[in-house]
Amino acid sequence: MIYTRMKKSIDLINERVRDGNARVVTADEMPGLVAELGEEEALREVDVVTTGTFGAMCSSGAFFNFGHAEPPIRMERIWLNDVEAYGGLAAVDTYIGATQQSTTREDQYGGAHVIEDFIAGKSVELRAMSRGTDCYPRRTITTDLLLEHLNQAIMCNPRNAYQRYNAAINTTDRVLHTYMGMLLPNSGNISFSGAGVLNPLSNDPKLRMIGSGVPIFLGGAQGMVVGEGTQNSPAGGFGTLMVTGNMKEMSQDYVRAATMQGYGVTLYIGVGIPIPVVDIDIVRSTAVRDEDIEVDLLDYGIPSRNRPAVRKVNYAELRSGIVEVNGEEIRTSSLSSYRKAKDVAETLKGWVEQGKMTLVLPTRPIIPETRVKPMHESVHGPRVLDIMDKRVVSIGESEEIRAAAQKLLKGETNHLPVINNNGLLVGIVTTYDISKAVANPGKATLVRDIMKKKVVTTTQDEPVDIAVQKLERHNISAMPVVDKEMHVVAMLTAIDLGKLIGGRWLK
Amino acid sequence: MKLLVNFSRKAGQKPIIAQVVKETGVLINVERAIIDSSEGEALIDIPDESCKIVKEKMASLGATVRVLEHGIILDETECVDCGACVSVCPHEVFYLDEDWVVRVREGRCVLCGRCMEACPHHALYHKEEL
Ligand code: SF4
Ligand code: SF4
Repeated sequence: MIYTRMKKSIDLINERVRDGNARVVTADEMPGLVAELGEEEALREVDVVTTGTFGAMCSSGAFFNFGHAEPPIRMERIWLNDVEAYGGLAAVDTYIGATQQSTTREDQYGGAHVIEDFIAGKSVELRAMSRGTDCYPRRTITTDLLLEHLNQAIMCNPRNAYQRYNAAINTTDRVLHTYMGMLLPNSGNISFSGAGVLNPLSNDPKLRMIGSGVPIFLGGAQGMVVGEGTQNSPAGGFGTLMVTGNMKEMSQDYVRAATMQGYGVTLYIGVGIPIPVVDIDIVRSTAVRDEDIEVDLLDYGIPSRNRPAVRKVNYAELRSGIVEVNGEEIRTSSLSSYRKAKDVAETLKGWVEQGKMTLVLPTRPIIPETRVKPMHESVHGPRVLDIMDKRVVSIGESEEIRAAAQKLLKGETNHLPVINNNGLLVGIVTTYDISKAVANPGKATLVRDIMKKKVVTTTQDEPVDIAVQKLERHNISAMPVVDKEMHVVAMLTAIDLGKLIGGRWLK
Repeated sequence: MKLLVNFSRKAGQKPIIAQVVKETGVLINVERAIIDSSEGEALIDIPDESCKIVKEKMASLGATVRVLEHGIILDETECVDCGACVSVCPHEVFYLDEDWVVRVREGRCVLCGRCMEACPHHALYHKEEL
């Protein structure tokens, strides 16, 4: 048998598109088709595979040009419906970011809402200030604008269309509000995001057909891939794209502002990319199934960049509604909309079938070996070690309450860590606990009878910001700093936090 | 039929729900209750035909009673069918149908309000104040 490496040129595909004869399928239909026809026949049959995704894409925004006022102004601080937009672009240009929050309505309104309101045809109030120059004498301006009044409204999103996204779970005992949505305590649910089988980059992970200049569906308009997105990491399976499109052609159906409770404003947007089926490799990559796309299930209860993975899960499991973790069945929720992702892929399919969009190979490739790096931190944020108080006054669990009272009276502290015979932390008593015991003398005579056994602790190398979160969350003003064996090595109190220069690391 | 009952707890007073069950013989299903030392609120489910008698009995014991006609309501123009509400609801009110559209089983809802917090699109609301 002679092995022939079949190919199909982009020109041939475009000829069929222009003639209205192209065979276009959506990415979720492709696995079945390839299984049925075989790879070679699928290559002959299918010309274009359309993909789609619809979800929260925080790193989004738009450039606006307002045109010149009379007398003209060089805007330096700019607000649209009280949402601040970037004032460093000179004269009457600006960029508004989706997650920027309103100065008056907090997380209920933000840049994403300004973008949606413009697209929906609503009027948006522009306010701007300037120091005034010889050529731009005007200092303030306020005006109501419709999208049609702007010269340009160009959506340009630095990081969209994530190839996939790690799923989230919460093993702590309290509800977490994250950008992955509401995570119930004690692994009560799993949250995930992404269109899996329909995702653009998952259908071309080697980035052969997706790169600069490639036409796409963006928010209902015909847009374009600018190039790699910020934080692009295709080598690890987490590619991103920078995309652009004309906001004036977009539809509210595919551009929706949202608020993640406790996290902030974000923009839901629909992105789809048509992938020309030029060879067997593309047939294979577009035959990807939900089962083949794996992500980590991360514990968002750990407030660190390196969250531990509970297990690996694939999109088929996530979408089934139930995932098993340590023998327990846990319900899943998607943050992105699969229905809308399908809608995007199908709309795009219609455009290509009707010859409204022809295909283009990347004019500049995106390097598939790229991998994201963490932040280079030249100065490390403060750790508990830097500000803790090493003078520890503690008390033995079998000492009398009176002894504890005396220690509290003498020292500058309101908190006494309680230790056992081996010198390990077993509880804590506060001035309040002691006064209560003294005021209601009962059977309790020993420290162990009145101490709180559940002690919130920190460690020397914990970042101060995390320790502060613990203090705030438990509504306490001090906690013991412990080593691995639970020896109390220091105390961290609200007073120590004042040692941070100007409180600059604090809220 | 669901009733929202608010009552104050005075010292020495008998538990109101138990008393109504005893005196009317109606089986009351308590779906949600927040009770502290001085007052309480409970969402109860009772057979429709017993509504009048339970309402009257409770009122005579000093409680305020409101009939909850609706569970949570979904605004289809705001909803994008993401499904963020699905796993947070303790009563499995939401599910995705075969077309990946979110469906609501309103009757199961006990108006705990959790899904309203979880919905990124403000698509969920209720008619009764909680
Ligand atoms: S209010 Fe509570 S019970 Fe009702 S649907 Fe929402 S989460 Fe479920
Ligand atoms: S969370 Fe809100 S937007 Fe998402 S499916 Fe539920 S109701 Fe619709």
